[in-house]
Amino acid sequence: MSESTATATATRGATRRAGRTAPAPRRSYLRPLLLAVALLVLLALPLYVEEFWLRTGFAVAGAIVGAIGLNLLVGTTGQLSLAHAFFLAVGAVTYTFVAGESGGIGLADLRGLGWPPLVGMVAGVLLAGLAGLLFSPIAARLRGIYLGVASLALVFIGQHVLNSWTQVTGGFNGRSTPEFSLFGFTFGNTDPDLFVLEVPFREAERLWYLGLALALAAYVFARNLLRSRPGRALETLRDSEVAASVMGVNVQRYKGRVFLVSSMYAGLSGVMYALSIGSIAPESFGLELSVLYLAMIVLGGLGSVGGAALGALFVSALPLVFQRYADALPLVGGAGEGGLAPGEAARYLFGLAIILVVLFQPTGLAGLAARFRRRGRDPGGGPADRSASATSDSTTSVPSDPPAQGSTS
Amino acid sequence: MTQFLSLLLNGISLGAIYALIALGFVVIFKASEVVSFTQGSLLLLGAYAIARLSDPLGFYLAALVGIAITALAAFVIERLIINRLRGAPVISLAIVTIGVDIILLTELIRRIGSDILNVPHPWGGDSVQIGDVGISENRLIAIIVAGLLIALFFLAFKFSSWGVAMRASAEDGETAALMGIRLGRVSALAWVVAGILTGVAALFLVGSPTPGVSPSAYTVALRAFPAAILGGLDSTGGALVGGLLIGVAESLAAGYQDDLLFLGRGFGDVVPYIVMIAVLLVRPSGLFGTRELTRV
Repeated sequence: MSESTATATATRGATRRAGRTAPAPRRSYLRPLLLAVALLVLLALPLYVEEFWLRTGFAVAGAIVGAIGLNLLVGTTGQLSLAHAFFLAVGAVTYTFVAGESGGIGLADLRGLGWPPLVGMVAGVLLAGLAGLLFSPIAARLRGIYLGVASLALVFIGQHVLNSWTQVTGGFNGRSTPEFSLFGFTFGNTDPDLFVLEVPFREAERLWYLGLALALAAYVFARNLLRSRPGRALETLRDSEVAASVMGVNVQRYKGRVFLVSSMYAGLSGVMYALSIGSIAPESFGLELSVLYLAMIVLGGLGSVGGAALGALFVSALPLVFQRYADALPLVGGAGEGGLAPGEAARYLFGLAIILVVLFQPTGLAGLAARFRRRGRDPGGGPADRSASATSDSTTSVPSDPPAQGSTS
Repeated sequence: MTQFLSLLLNGISLGAIYALIALGFVVIFKASEVVSFTQGSLLLLGAYAIARLSDPLGFYLAALVGIAITALAAFVIERLIINRLRGAPVISLAIVTIGVDIILLTELIRRIGSDILNVPHPWGGDSVQIGDVGISENRLIAIIVAGLLIALFFLAFKFSSWGVAMRASAEDGETAALMGIRLGRVSALAWVVAGILTGVAALFLVGSPTPGVSPSAYTVALRAFPAAILGGLDSTGGALVGGLLIGVAESLAAGYQDDLLFLGRGFGDVVPYIVMIAVLLVRPSGLFGTRELTRV
């Protein structure tokens, strides 16, 4: 039986049960409409908004891809990983190496293949996946918390390689990232010169669309993955490994595979990160980056794809915005003044937010949004709770619907 | 041979410091099921407090107060946050300690800035010769103090009522609670003990041959993680063995750096992690950790 029919029956059941109290069908038109409007706004944004916001947007898109990937691993499957920065680094370095030209800057003798950037991007994703696959024998054997600490190792080993393998990574000082281009269309300032409605479309504008497309693709893929059989299997695995294996889920294999997918996401995110900064340097891929990604998914809500995107938006945009509006904000001051540096202020906020979220709102921003949505739909309170429980009933009944014996394949 | 012995001795002294920190991890994990990522910033806090206070208070008093501050900070973290999350998933607990770590570390780095604060150990930067083998006096004292402290810890763990209560609650929390053991108090005490151990580690870690207190002490503290993990997170003896193993491996790799140059400069810093991965490949629960068995 295909999954789509399963979800279809599930939603039908939900509406039937909720139909007594609330007119559910009206919302089903509103939602796609809102999404379409949001997409249109996002598409039209480069015509009106200045470069800073577009660049921030691309950085956020990269973070969204990475956060969704980490969330699949940590939120959905319950495998704590601090190695995300390492896989980002693999993606970024591979892209720079494959797409970059050989040549020396000063003393450093840099190598590069000079292949098309698209190949570089694909190679970055694949190689990050390969790195994940190589680590997955360890990952699959370790239980939750051991994995979290063992994955620390990858970050430090990665740092060491980045610093030492100068020909490829540029060593301590890093190297600059080649521009992205797609079949002759460069995502740079010129070549070809492009004007849309008399607005010059330069690097920032072009990257904005690239980021939008990639982030959307990453989002849709993850959503579909979670709603399919592997997604259910992963969630079961998080809740109880014993139960999962009894249901016929091959625990080792699924753990290994989710590590693969997650690190491929990280690889793509790394490529985007390199493009957005314009260069790669070892210090960008330290433990701090891993912790930031963890902050994103915790704030967004573990296990929720949309939540990961929200968290990524919050965590990656905040320092940039602080930096830009440092003068206007209280407490935040420029460098050398009495106040906090923008990066520091943002870090305090993340730290505090993580603690508060775990203490008081374990489902994160996504849970908060869901709560408000429920309240807005039905101010009465009581029936809304009932319809919510009805939907959750029906979603939990889905995985038990098809017999789970074949899920090891 | 002399070089080897010297590296070995220095490795053991470094390992003794790692063992102190790793023991802190293990105690916390046993008592409250928390993998504490705050240990690094707690260590930096201790070092910072000792360095700042030793001017007005004198070294010995400052050391005591600094260790007390570290223990107090650990206590406050346990009471304010961890205690409220009893029964939460292990991952949430780990993540919340990362949150605490971010805040504490940001504040300390901001205060330290780019300075290197000096801790005026009375024994200074002198070194001692034992036969042909040289070691800095600071590190030698570290071995002795750490050894005494660890021995004391194991005695307390075995014989004191706190130790018995702690082992009981680690074995089976629910039954222990029914027997009248207050789990909250056990956990709080465990954090305090971990804080003290970390504070003592900080005292010696920032002495010679390390130049002084700088944010890099944080990265050093992180290397106690591999030590705790490879010994087995729930094994106190494992933390000791793991610490020594990591310390010696790091010291040897750093000492023979010239022969290992093809692996890049500063290879010694990553050796702890490589050793950890190698051990975990063979024994997923560390050397002495209890294997989790599930019956279906």
